[in-house]
Amino acid sequence: MSEPLLAVSGLTKRFRRGGTTVTAADDISLFIAPGETLALAGPSGSGKSTIARLILRLIEPDAGRVDFEGGDFLALRGATLRTRRARLQMVFQDPLAALNPRATVARVLDDPMRIHGLASRGERPDRIAALLERVGLSPGLAGRHLHEISGGQRQRVAIARAIATKPSLIVLDEAVSALDVSVRGQILELLLDLQRTERIAYLFVSHDLGVVRAFAHRVILLEDGRIAEQGDARAVIDNPQSTIGKALVAAVPRLPRTQD
Amino acid sequence: MTGPLVSIRNLSVSYRRDATSPSLRNIDLDIIAGERLAIIGESGSGKSTLALAIAGLLPSTATVDGAILWSGQPLLPRGGRDIGFVFQDASASLDPVMTVGRQIAEVARTHLGLGWAQAQHRALELLRRVRLPDPDTALGAYPHQLSGGQRQRVAIAAAIAAGPRLLIADEATSALDTIVQAEIVALIRQLVVEDGMALLFVSHDIALAAELADRIAVFRSGEMVELGTADAVIQAPGHAYTRKLLDAHIGLDAAPMIAQAGHGHV
Repeated sequence: MSEPLLAVSGLTKRFRRGGTTVTAADDISLFIAPGETLALAGPSGSGKSTIARLILRLIEPDAGRVDFEGGDFLALRGATLRTRRARLQMVFQDPLAALNPRATVARVLDDPMRIHGLASRGERPDRIAALLERVGLSPGLAGRHLHEISGGQRQRVAIARAIATKPSLIVLDEAVSALDVSVRGQILELLLDLQRTERIAYLFVSHDLGVVRAFAHRVILLEDGRIAEQGDARAVIDNPQSTIGKALVAAVPRLPRTQD
Repeated sequence: MTGPLVSIRNLSVSYRRDATSPSLRNIDLDIIAGERLAIIGESGSGKSTLALAIAGLLPSTATVDGAILWSGQPLLPRGGRDIGFVFQDASASLDPVMTVGRQIAEVARTHLGLGWAQAQHRALELLRRVRLPDPDTALGAYPHQLSGGQRQRVAIAAAIAAGPRLLIADEATSALDTIVQAEIVALIRQLVVEDGMALLFVSHDIALAAELADRIAVFRSGEMVELGTADAVIQAPGHAYTRKLLDAHIGLDAAPMIAQAGHGHV
């Protein structure tokens, strides 16, 4: 098997709340291969978003190691950290909260290229147009403000921003959860197309087991900050072994289907 | 046979003065006493506007045409008394600086004319009915001390405290995780059956609606495109948009979108 793109070992994070300590991530170890989708699923408070944020270094762990593209990611500082960060991107549930809602689409896409020095000022308008086309948007949208476009278009802009720095891994934290169902399928198809063509790996944080089963290669089910069960996404969800896995699957609403 | 509990006749609602893009257009719909009716739609469908209009909770700036008849009378039902309303965000609908017991007791006191002691007793009874753990202690708790699912149980207790004939749940389980959602849906189902309430269940989730509702109304861009029994709407949808919603649903039986399980060898 090829070298994992991301390898996490012993990742631990405790939060103090009131007088008690909550272990949001408890000795978590996982890996993601290039071009692979690993889903993190579990009930609220199970630690799935905490683990994503630890990997992104949005919060600091109490213990553990994160290797990304063959190096100790948590040890990186300064310019080397910035360079490596370009390869690890993120898309959240609410782009209006994650991005500056008053910025134009062009500005949102210009920032990462400018910050990471990926294109000169003169080249950037063409690159922005190409990015918009890549995510299925008209380049004419560049001058619009984020609050003027639809939720689905905004999430496409967030994806365009994430791929602007040519990442090898994108953390998708409930990235399709707030979308209307008719839009959600198109966004998932876009993500799959990017994965096929650019070989991008995804860490897919989701509470929706139906989507996880259809979209992810493997899944980790979490409970109280610990890994309860993991494996091939369809194998785990079709036949969960853990108590929490069985409860999660049983709670998914079923649409009665006709035999056809 | 008795008439419908609520009759909606040619209802149009617009939030804008020019009324060029109404949020609801010419809606005709009956809610039958004791039935569970789901309103399904995506953003901008008007489903929440319908719920607010029935409950008399639209902002005063909204333009409303048509009629909403309550038990055949063009009378406004009393909010909280005849209609209980459960919103998506329980933290926003509960008073953060009032104890849970007092919030529920106040509904009972206001609408049922109970004294404080009786109202407190009724609050405790309701917290038991919504199966809040340790209800005696919870009476004195504040909303922030409870989990999201527990807060929604409290909001449901407050909504049914005066014994309404219609319970409206507007995306009441959408912010909850799947396990808690299933528990709250089971609780709502049990309560409406026990109390003989009608339920208006507003949701974006067609599978959830199919599990809970007797009838489903599908809304799109302010119009009702389909209305029928849950079985008919799910098994034999009459409108292309309903079929589209059903096709877009990604359930546990959906075909995988990725070519095959593997470790990234694409």
